This record gives sequence, structure tokens and C-alpha cells, in this order.
Amino acid sequence: MAHYKYHILCCGGTGCKSSQSGEIVKNLTQILAEKNLSNDVQVITTGCFGFCEKGPIVKILPDNTFYTQVKPEDAREIIEEHIIKGRKVGRLLYENPENKEHISDSKHMGFYKKQMRIALRNCGFINPENIDEYIARDGYAALAKVLEQNDPAATIEVIKKSGLRGRGGAGFPTGLKWELCRKNDADQKYMICNADEGDPGAFMDRSILEGDPHTLIEAMTIGGFCIGATKGLVYIRAEYPLAIHRLQVAIGQAREYGLLGKDIFGSGFDFDIELRYGAGAFVCGEETALIHSMEGKRGEPTFKPPFPAVEGYLKKPSNVNNVETFANIPVIINKGWEWFSSIGTEKSKGTKVFALAGQINNVGLIEVPMGITLREVIYEIGGGIKNGRKFKAVQTGGPSGGCLTEKFLDTPIDYENLIAAGSMMGSGGMIVMDETSCMVSVAKFYLEFTVEESCGKCSPCRIGNKRLHEILCKITEGKGTMEDLDELRNLAHVIKDTALCGLGQTSPNPVLSTIDNFWDEYVAHVVDKKCPAGQCKALKQYVIDPEKCKGCTACARNCPVGAIHGTVKMPHEIDQAVCIKCGTCIEKCKFNAISIK
Amino acid sequence: MDKIKSLADLKKKREDLQAGLSLRERGDNMENLIQIKVAMATCGIASGAKQVMDFLIEDLDKKKVPAVVTQTGCMGYCYAEPTIEVKKPGQEPIVFGYVNVQKAEEIVEKYIRGNELVEGIIPVNYEKIEK
Repeated sequence: MAHYKYHILCCGGTGCKSSQSGEIVKNLTQILAEKNLSNDVQVITTGCFGFCEKGPIVKILPDNTFYTQVKPEDAREIIEEHIIKGRKVGRLLYENPENKEHISDSKHMGFYKKQMRIALRNCGFINPENIDEYIARDGYAALAKVLEQNDPAATIEVIKKSGLRGRGGAGFPTGLKWELCRKNDADQKYMICNADEGDPGAFMDRSILEGDPHTLIEAMTIGGFCIGATKGLVYIRAEYPLAIHRLQVAIGQAREYGLLGKDIFGSGFDFDIELRYGAGAFVCGEETALIHSMEGKRGEPTFKPPFPAVEGYLKKPSNVNNVETFANIPVIINKGWEWFSSIGTEKSKGTKVFALAGQINNVGLIEVPMGITLREVIYEIGGGIKNGRKFKAVQTGGPSGGCLTEKFLDTPIDYENLIAAGSMMGSGGMIVMDETSCMVSVAKFYLEFTVEESCGKCSPCRIGNKRLHEILCKITEGKGTMEDLDELRNLAHVIKDTALCGLGQTSPNPVLSTIDNFWDEYVAHVVDKKCPAGQCKALKQYVIDPEKCKGCTACARNCPVGAIHGTVKMPHEIDQAVCIKCGTCIEKCKFNAISIK
Repeated sequence: MDKIKSLADLKKKREDLQAGLSLRERGDNMENLIQIKVAMATCGIASGAKQVMDFLIEDLDKKKVPAVVTQTGCMGYCYAEPTIEVKKPGQEPIVFGYVNVQKAEEIVEKYIRGNELVEGIIPVNYEKIEK
């Protein structure tokens, strides 16, 4: 076997791949061959490192050097300088935004310091398309342990005691879910993985599938053994081609090793996994809709009970868990429930993966222990708000969640606290907004999403959300009244109480939480006809300051709709009725005479 | 490919495979391991640092000593090349000069494994600027 002196890890997640990380690997391999170093240096394509803001990431081991925003043409310098001469390439190192110093070791970066990686333990460390690397990291050891013990009830007890709760959003205790399904006798049961990640901006499940697909296979097999299922199904959206490819490769390798199929580990237990593709509908993340979609029917939810544990896929008892939930299972079994339950808060154990997005410096994927505060996430891991602006709100829980304001910055994050604060954990999307975000527009954006994604089965969701969206449009156009605000609140509560499934019941949350937290902003839109954040086009007014205007006519000549009038060398004026608020005049004015009011 | 039929099979396989990943695992846990830096500038390479580095990696691996061997630039002791710096966890680094393969073996045996100092230590003649 070749004795490698260096390992070069290159991120092969969807984000970095689209910034040409595949080219980087190609170049590195080619140059190494050219320099006769192929037996000294190993290049490995890994899953996501999480620090997507600065991708593509290239990490060199054993000296733990973390290169950011690497381009394919940097490959030569990395090899000639770092590998051959032992000098780090300074310009590719991460720069600490506070003191502009270069940090070469990722452990000293603010982004990684507070993180704790359980579900993402192998992402950015192993080659996801190589089962051997997974096995070398204790892969399939948990499965072997469970099968050797041959006591499903005891394993379920371990999961129950660990305090693991569903990471898909609702937070239902996983062990209890398995137990309920186990109790129902049937000739066939199904272990289903929900990989239909639909929240805007969320990509934790995708990253796990792309970076560590074997963890899912192992956990589903454990789960199947516990509930008494011999078939596993992964419902994954077709728009995740890389995740699908890696999962297929992993399933193939597991079968070759006999880790899927008949008589696993000589225990007599059979289990195999198949994929089912979804068309990417948000509602199919709801378990009953997901099951219908897998059966080839319309992806519409049905009333619970009967719960899937009683009557699920093809009317057989089924258990549905989310990808991230599964990713925790092997670790809990290997390290014990005591270890897992020592992390987190009283009722929320372990860690949670969040997709940080929005107006924040370090956009990316993070895994943090439950109970960390929003302030730590946003300012320490996230590196604070972009362009030195002021924090305004953070949206968690996707279209079903709500906005949290400054007063919640020091609240420890867990399932209960987020609900109490008027939002929810959700699947882990975390969108940070600064002072330039208009909260009415934010609520409108999420409603647009739900209106689009509503399956149309029940009227509260199909019609109610459409009406909510119309009222929000009216407000952002400056035509809203105080009665509209009351109507908004009433309607939102009606939808919450009467919609059929989780999607409908939670869809008004963005409206309610923004009304509660930013009432003044709604009033400003309705009464003063102003948008405090300056986002709502219809409420903006472009005004020329007659003191500053020199009458150069630059604005009038460039206005696309001819809304600016005046004589040469005399102050000009904008006709508000004609103005389309495009902003061209501001760009063209050389005297700073035009402002937005 | 052989099937994995039992827990014992898996354990054996894991042990065989772990060597392939140990470099990465160690890099991730460097503070708690013995770190050896081999000066590999032109002068070092010309006096045989590459062979020394290859030897160190293989020898330490064979003896199962948890260490990380990396290369570094010129340490400035060009008269004493090849030079290596050995840092044990929680201790000050020590620089050895004129390290050929025999010397490297002696350092591994006596200093690294036996904690006994050997000839050839270059005294510290500089100060580090701490930020």
C-alpha cells in the first residue's frame, strides 16, 4: 500500500462543486502525477465542510491547513509551495475578519470553534464514495453491535433514553416512534427516510447524503431491525442528483460487503433499501403526503390517525424519520445514551444542524449543541451581520416558523424555547435579516411560498393563504388599512385552527410572528404609507432637493419614463404619479441632490 | 469483494483500514500528539532530508508511535542539515541537527520512545515573537 505523506481533502458538496471543485481535484491529481508525487500525496473528494461562504475548500493534512476560495488554477501553487516546499500559501488562508490575520488551522476559526459535529461527523473528512473510509471511522460497528445483541427492545430503550427527537421539525421522540411501530404486528413493515428537504435555504439533509451516505444506510438498517421491517425506502427529491448518486453508490457498496441484503452479519436479519424519487413538493415532507407520493398517488396529506405506525406505506405499519435524525443513531449506539443525553438542554438532547443564510458573514452549514444562544450562532459562528449593519431578526423553522428579534438573542436554542418565542426549530433553516429587510415583505415572501406549495386539498390552506397573501400585497403597495391588519390576524388564526395538515396549520406563522414582533412596521406601511426599511417599491418616493440641484438635466435625460421635468440650470422635479422608482436618477445625479423618502 | 459476515470480520477490516485514515485522524488531533517537522528547504533536501522524512514516517508507523510528521521550510541551521524539530505534547520543541537515517532511528528509539536526550541538539538561540 502506498504510504501517503499528505492527504488533500477537497470539498465535493453541491455548493463547492458548482464553484469548480471538480476541476481543482482534476488539476491537483494531474500535477501530482507530473511531479511524480502520486504515491506521496492522496487527493480525496469529501462531503461538505460547512463553510460554504468561502468555498471551494481545500484542506491539507496532517498539518490541518484550511484553504478557502480555491480556484482550479491555484492547484499548481498549492503543490509547488505547500507540498514540495512546505510553505503555506498565505493568500488562500482564511482571514480573520476582526484583525485581518491569516488563520491556517480551521480549529482556530470562529466558525468552527463552537461547533460540535455528531450528525456531520464524517462530512468533509471521508470520501463518501468509499465504504472503507466509513468502516475505518467505526462505520457499521453500531449495526454489528445491535444485531449481535439481538434485542430490538433494548436498542429502542437506548434511543429513548438518549432523548433523541425528530430533526425534521416537530421534535417527536424517535425511540417512542420506533416503539409504537414495533408494537404493530404485520407481515411486512417499512422503514422510511424522509429526504424531502423543502424549506427555502435549508440543505442539511442534502449535505449528510452527499458527505456521509453510509451513516443513513447503517441507521435505517438498525431502525428496520428494531421495528421489524425488512425493507427500507428513501424518499428523496429528484432535484438532488448528487445526493442520489452518492446514495446509490453507497447502497451498491453495502450490498457487495453483505451489509445490506440477506443474513446481515450472519444474524439471519434481512434488510434492503430502495430509493423513491419525489418531484420536490414542500407538502411531501409531511409524512402522510410523503407516503401517498411513494405509492404513486397525489402527494396530499390525510388526517391522522391512523398514524403511519399503524397504517402507512401500502397500508402496512411504517416509520418515517428524517435524514439528520438517522445520522445520530449510530453514534448514540456506539457511544451510549448517557453520552448523548449529557449534551444539550433538559428536554432537547444532542446537537442540531442549521443552515445559516441571509445577511450574515459566514453563510454555511453548522452543527451546534442544543442550548447554544442565537447570539453565539450569529455573532461567533456566523461572524456577525454583513457590512457592519444592525441585526434585525432571524427567521427559523422555514415557512412554518417565525421571526425572532433582538430580545431573543440570548435565549438558549431548543425545541421548547423556540416555540415559546413564537417560532419553531423546523428542519434547521436560519435566515438572518438586517435593518434593511422589510418584515412585511418577508412575511409576503413566505406566504408566496406556501400559496405555491399548498396541495389544495383543504380550503383554509388553499383559499385562506391566498387571501393572506393578497392582503400583504395590498399593504406593501401602500393601499392597506387598519382593518386589513385585524383581518390578517383573524384569518391567520382561523387557518391555524382549521387546516388539515402541519403545512396548513403552520403556514400563517410568518405573518403572526412578524405582526407580533414588528407591529410598528405594519402600522407604518398602513398609516404613514412608509416602508421603514425602504424595501417596498410602491412606498418609496424619490425627491430632488432644490438646494442641491444644479439643473444639469442628467436625471431628466436618463429617466426611462420621462417623469422628471425642469428647465436647464433650474431645480428639477419628479412627477410621483409617473415615476416607476427604478433608481436611475440617483445613479446619474452628480450632486447627491436626489434622495429616497 | 469478500462479504463481512460477523462482528469479528468487521473489526478486522476496520483495523486494516484505519491505517489509511490515521494521517487524517492525527491531523485532526495534533495538539495531543508528537509533532515532528523536517526542514525541507533546498539545503535540507540536498543533504538527504527527504530520506529522513520517509524513514521517520515508516519507522514511526511500524512502531505504532502516534506522531505527525510534516515538512517545513528552512530553519536557518543550514550548517547542520538535515535538521528536525520534535515537539512532544506539552513540552518545548527540541531541534536536532545532522540527522541522517541512523540518527533519526536513534532519536525515535531514545528520545521519542524512551524520553532520553541524545547528542546533536541545537540549543535555542532565538526568541519567538508572541502576538
